[in-house]
Amino acid sequence: MLKLLIQRLSLGLMLLVASTVLIFVGTSILPGDVAQAILGQSATPEALENLRQEMGLNDPALTRYFSWVGGILHGDLGTALTNGADISASIARRLGNTLFLAFWAAIISVPLAITLGILSVRFRNRWPDKLISAVTLATISLPEFIIGYFVMFLIAVKLRWVPSVSLINDGMSLAEKLNAIALPVIVLVFVVLAHMMRMTRAAILNVMESAYIETAELKGLTGAQVIVGHALPNAIAPIVNVVMLNLAYLVVGVVVVEVVFVYPGMGQYLVDHVSKRDVPVVQAAGLIFASVYILLNTAADLIAIVSNPRLRHPK
Amino acid sequence: MIRTLRKIPASALIGLTITALYFVIAVFAPLIAPYGLGEVVGKVWEPASEKFWLGTDNIGRDLLTRMIYGGRTTIFIATAATILSFTVGSVLAFMAVVIGGWFDVLMSRFVDLIMAIPGLIFALVILSVVPASITVLIMVMAFLDATRVYRLSRSVAESIYVMDYIEVAKLRGEKTGWIVTREILPNALSPLVSELGLRFIFMVLYLSTLSFLGLGIQPPSTDWGAIVKENSDGLVYGIPAALAPAIAIATLAISVNLVADWVLSLTTSLKGGRQ
Repeated sequence: MLKLLIQRLSLGLMLLVASTVLIFVGTSILPGDVAQAILGQSATPEALENLRQEMGLNDPALTRYFSWVGGILHGDLGTALTNGADISASIARRLGNTLFLAFWAAIISVPLAITLGILSVRFRNRWPDKLISAVTLATISLPEFIIGYFVMFLIAVKLRWVPSVSLINDGMSLAEKLNAIALPVIVLVFVVLAHMMRMTRAAILNVMESAYIETAELKGLTGAQVIVGHALPNAIAPIVNVVMLNLAYLVVGVVVVEVVFVYPGMGQYLVDHVSKRDVPVVQAAGLIFASVYILLNTAADLIAIVSNPRLRHPK
Repeated sequence: MIRTLRKIPASALIGLTITALYFVIAVFAPLIAPYGLGEVVGKVWEPASEKFWLGTDNIGRDLLTRMIYGGRTTIFIATAATILSFTVGSVLAFMAVVIGGWFDVLMSRFVDLIMAIPGLIFALVILSVVPASITVLIMVMAFLDATRVYRLSRSVAESIYVMDYIEVAKLRGEKTGWIVTREILPNALSPLVSELGLRFIFMVLYLSTLSFLGLGIQPPSTDWGAIVKENSDGLVYGIPAALAPAIAIATLAISVNLVADWVLSLTTSLKGGRQ
């Protein structure tokens, strides 16, 4: 098992390195002149040349790549082109906000998804199951931002329960902060819940087909006893995997939801600077999103390996 | 063939009708739309009336017209990207299975790498450098989506490739091109066709998200995502104009899903699978 774990860990590391290459290639080798993009079509050749010199665009790509990666390893992400601010400092503040949002979304959605998954297996093909799958299908068929505006329109504008934008700052108490992020958390929960619940349902149903479940049913246990006592323990490994995969999915959902609710987090930072064509910021923020995603995916696989008894006790 | 067509279930029929309706509206948009795309015809955010069926938008353009033209852009780009991604993804996957060896390893590891980065983030990184023209959008969306098509097609083709009839074809001395197009493709078609519907919907959602973030379709053109973005300020004042695209996207997504489900059940039952 140790060998498998080490293999998977090194694969994760390799993917991290490869993603730095990909992000760098995506912004550097592709046709499209960054200097031209910043200054616009009417820029003079001299101004373009000066900017290229300043940004180091005239150096060979390999040199630029290694100085960029070297900087990241020292915690230096460079400075933003548009306002000259230190990227590491800006990201540190915003990353905390994003993690705060994602944390509450995860805390609510994970237990809810597992409960609903169990419920829909218990009442399989009856109305609770059908209701749950209809609602989850509807949320999957809509992009995150539209669900966001639906929730905003209903709860903030029509019912006036919470503010429609989620501005938070350090001076607010925890309760005030939670009130401010209520809407984005609800939207994220909706988005992740649908996927997580469907996959949990599939994982438990898969286990329900085993012979020992039939034995448990035949010896007279009730439906709930069978699910909680026999199916669930064996479905935990796939469920944990599902949860981790969906937390990775949350990373992407957060980008859109932050823009909808004007929340000062990483997602908005990234999108803002993509439209300003601020390449160093996009590279840094993109890399952070990619690393979190890779980390969570690797963690999901590691947990799957550890929680599999066949791998834990090899013959 | 005619008998299977006669047995279309009601759900698939509804799905087919609505999907076809959307495509017809997309093709004939300039004939159907009551006003011009950029024409300012009324006051800002007028409510729905006889003159403006869905009301007007943030600068007084007819919302129905915007929705029709926006649907045209959305459906056109999503269709083009889906076709491109399917062609590239499935051809490369079939080649990987047939050629095998280093080509298979190289392609599959490359796909793993692309899929290790979230698609939206990757698209944002690329769009920060390359201007978002329609061609670029189609290419980026197709490229990122082709990885998923590749994975599915590869696993389907792999299970077909070990069948006896492939062995027979090889012994008969058929060329690689024949084996891919005449032996693997017809047998891989049914799972691929139902996936086609899902990928198309995914493309619609993806393009809408990019446009909503202001990085997809640029003015003066519009699409469903851009309409949400333009009218989102009105929501705070209780004007639901920004929610019109939601209904369009949801009905399109559900109808395409109904058709895809039907195609899948049809092909599996033809093969003797469960009905």
